[in-house]
Amino acid sequence: MTRYTSATDADRAEMLAAIGIDSVDELFEQVPGPLRLGRGLELPDGLSEPEVQARLSELAARNADAESEVCFVGAGMYDHHVPAIVDAITQRSEFLTPYTPYQPEISQGGLQAMFEFQTAMSELTGLPVSNAGLYEGPSSVASAGYLAIGATGRRRFVVSRGVHPHSRETLATYSVGYGAEVVEVGLEDGVTDAAALAEAVDGETAAVFLQSPNFLGAVEDVEALGAAAKAHGALLVVAVDPMTLGILKPPGECGADIALGEGQPLGNRLDFGGPSVGFFCATEDQIRRMPGRIAGETDDVDGRRGFVLSLQTREQHIRREKATNNICTAQALNALGAMIHLAWLGREGYRELGELLVRRTAYARERLAAVEGIELLHEAPVVREFALRLAAPVDRVLDRCAERGIAAGYPLGREYPEHEDGLLVAITERRSRAQIDALAEALGAAIAAERGDLVGARTTKSPQGAG
Amino acid sequence: MSAIETPMQRESARTIFEKSKTGRRAAVLPDAEVPETPIAELIPSKFLRSEPPRLPEVAEPEIVRHYNRLSRRNFDLDSGFYPLGSCTMKHNPRLNERVAALPGHARLHPAQDPRRAQGALELMWLLQASLSEICGLPHVSLQPSAGSHGELAGLLLTRAYHADRGETRTKVLAPDTSHGTNPASVTMAGYEVVKVATNEVGGVEMDDLREKIEEAPEDVACLMLTNPNTLGLFDENIAAIAALIHEAGGTLYYDGANLNAVMGHSRPGDMGFDIVHVNLHKSFSQPHGGGGPGAGPIAVSDRIEPYLPRPQVVRRESDNGGGPSFDLDLDRPKSIGRLRGFQGNFGVFVRSYAYILSLGGDGLAEASETAVLNANYLKARLAEGRAGERLPIAFDRHCMHEFVLSGKPMKRELGIATLDLAKRLLDFGFHPPTVYFPLLVEEALMVEPTETETKESLDSFADAVEAILAEAESDPELAKQAPYTTPVRRLDEVKATRRPVVRQPLG
Repeated sequence: MTRYTSATDADRAEMLAAIGIDSVDELFEQVPGPLRLGRGLELPDGLSEPEVQARLSELAARNADAESEVCFVGAGMYDHHVPAIVDAITQRSEFLTPYTPYQPEISQGGLQAMFEFQTAMSELTGLPVSNAGLYEGPSSVASAGYLAIGATGRRRFVVSRGVHPHSRETLATYSVGYGAEVVEVGLEDGVTDAAALAEAVDGETAAVFLQSPNFLGAVEDVEALGAAAKAHGALLVVAVDPMTLGILKPPGECGADIALGEGQPLGNRLDFGGPSVGFFCATEDQIRRMPGRIAGETDDVDGRRGFVLSLQTREQHIRREKATNNICTAQALNALGAMIHLAWLGREGYRELGELLVRRTAYARERLAAVEGIELLHEAPVVREFALRLAAPVDRVLDRCAERGIAAGYPLGREYPEHEDGLLVAITERRSRAQIDALAEALGAAIAAERGDLVGARTTKSPQGAG
Repeated sequence: MSAIETPMQRESARTIFEKSKTGRRAAVLPDAEVPETPIAELIPSKFLRSEPPRLPEVAEPEIVRHYNRLSRRNFDLDSGFYPLGSCTMKHNPRLNERVAALPGHARLHPAQDPRRAQGALELMWLLQASLSEICGLPHVSLQPSAGSHGELAGLLLTRAYHADRGETRTKVLAPDTSHGTNPASVTMAGYEVVKVATNEVGGVEMDDLREKIEEAPEDVACLMLTNPNTLGLFDENIAAIAALIHEAGGTLYYDGANLNAVMGHSRPGDMGFDIVHVNLHKSFSQPHGGGGPGAGPIAVSDRIEPYLPRPQVVRRESDNGGGPSFDLDLDRPKSIGRLRGFQGNFGVFVRSYAYILSLGGDGLAEASETAVLNANYLKARLAEGRAGERLPIAFDRHCMHEFVLSGKPMKRELGIATLDLAKRLLDFGFHPPTVYFPLLVEEALMVEPTETETKESLDSFADAVEAILAEAESDPELAKQAPYTTPVRRLDEVKATRRPVVRQPLG
């Protein structure tokens, strides 16, 4: 008997007798001899529960997480407080351990939770139709491309450079399969270059992709930029950070045909990048082209209200090669976490949190911009994240801040070679004013030290050069 | 309406939005600690939302009750037998939840400098190495988020591999019985699906395969298979199939949905597959969460490796005698690129790695062995009595981890369809098997008990099927109107699709 199984020797004997065989090996005889492994897997022997826990704890301890350091890193995933009730409810067996709700009579809890999530995301984005969630943000962007091809019959995408680099890259990866061309439009003063965008969009364009706030934290003028898409009959796809939608005008009111994004800030922990949930909302006319599961309301035979997986004829298990997407297992539990977080915040709390982010971010931006050796990378309005330019090598400054227990931000040079000196700083409700002040101090000291070092390096080197 | 309503049936299914009352709230936020500047002075008013979104206004106790009540309207694996074929509903160890929740995992930012995320990267590298050994293929990418994402990855890898050789291939072969995700992924990857016929044992029909290849071998990009196949039978011709595909220049793709049958017994790489996806939420115990999260890592052969998604976790040996270090390799010029953000569903990796550590190599092999034993035992039990008559096994020989029954005689002789049997099983406290799949078996029931189940639970399931068939002999209406005891009874799915209501109207 091994871990997590219960067949005793007596059970095995009875079961083998019922099957009419002497040994389990006979069951594996259908595997041709040469294809049988014939040896044990070269993996360590199984460990006891305390040993596994110790081993995993040891690995976890070698990570600098947002509990052991003060985290100002965002770039698409944020260190928000996850309410305790999210853990308590999502860890309930009844939500944690069922499969996709193929039997609606015994899955009403999960289906209703999906319906509630859809309602909430529709309300946040200002678009009437939401699905029950996709894998995560960037692959949702790529899925919007597939929808746009189906809706327009065109195969060309115009993408702002302000869209998350992982989203742009994922869209490009998928587009090889779609047979679609991806055209990128640059940024000007932190926001999408409107003239370049208008020029890039044409009658062959299936969709225009924007993100607001964009990767540099800047709020985009979605309405104005989107006009180019409208003029050419292309879909307007807008990626949004759900934590900003208590403050910002919903994309549905800015002309978006599709609003989507990374749902991690809502009730999902950082988890080194996943699992989280992607949300995907659209106008009514796209409902039959939507990717992913959609819960719908209906009645049972006695007239009771109930919920089912609706519009399944879009999906792979029915439509096969003509499906609107290949997605099967998505992120139901993560969507539930998001919904609980939204209910916990509630109408007022959600707006207040948005305001808190705006004000603390404004404070942090001003505070940091006043530090010697730091200037703003752009002056566009921001909600919860902003970009700086540092007068010292960003990686070295980050190392120095890390020594003080501060993860100071995201080095923009990783994805934007034109911003090698750029640092992206994110604020959540967990980042107190004192922590922001400490960040300002740490950055100031680090930059000063680096510049001092640089000057020092030059002085020690110059006599040699001169000699 | 049945005569007696259960308490749960009496409850009205009000949504959290319908429980909202102005002025109620749960969250208390920290003080801003900074000047309360009007928002419109910080962000131009044309960008601002005029009214806050109508989220529910509910106090915390009521939120907890609401979702607890919803949870009780779900059936789940921790509550009972869940023999959903092809879904591998095995036990989800709570230890894995605990270690995934450690702050070093749960609160690790995905953009953390790799030098300060060494534990996470080492864990990913160790999981890659483990899956590589289990699959018999040398390279692994953990990035895909689920099985279908792995399929798309595999097809884009195939495309990149051929493109690099200057070839343009247009067709992907897949059995007509394949999982629906296969053809859907094929279309998304820009290929045309060519269906290959299935023989009477659910395996690939060799003559048809030869014919489909010979039509235009230079067009064949890939063949997608699962083995054991959808009837739960191992395709004995797999070596010959691999030879045919490789001769034509195509790749062989393994849909890992059925890997739980063969862990430590037979490896897809040794069968000749080039690309394999592994459902961590099936064989490797990640809880399914009512429809995710999962993860669909892929293992590939040497010739496919250059094209793997980026970033790739790599281990670097130290130059100065120190220990190895781990890094994210982004410099992969032939890579197909990213399939998603950051590094993948890391929380799932932690759980699955904990599972592999717990079982070890022998434990994994024994898990598969027990899964196969359980399936064959339940098959034997269902071959007895009424089930044996009315629900014959689709192909009567030893199965692997699952088997398929046909409800055709039951429907003909008793007038109850497979769907009715499935719904009646709900009243007996069981999750039904997968129904109406695979399509090649009429009125199919696909049963996968997994290694989790005791002999007693298998016996009680067989007894329940027997009881339902017995009652149907005198009163078939009982099954036809079932279920009776569930929170709701049969639902009008046609109405839900014709006039879709997909959100709560908000006042």
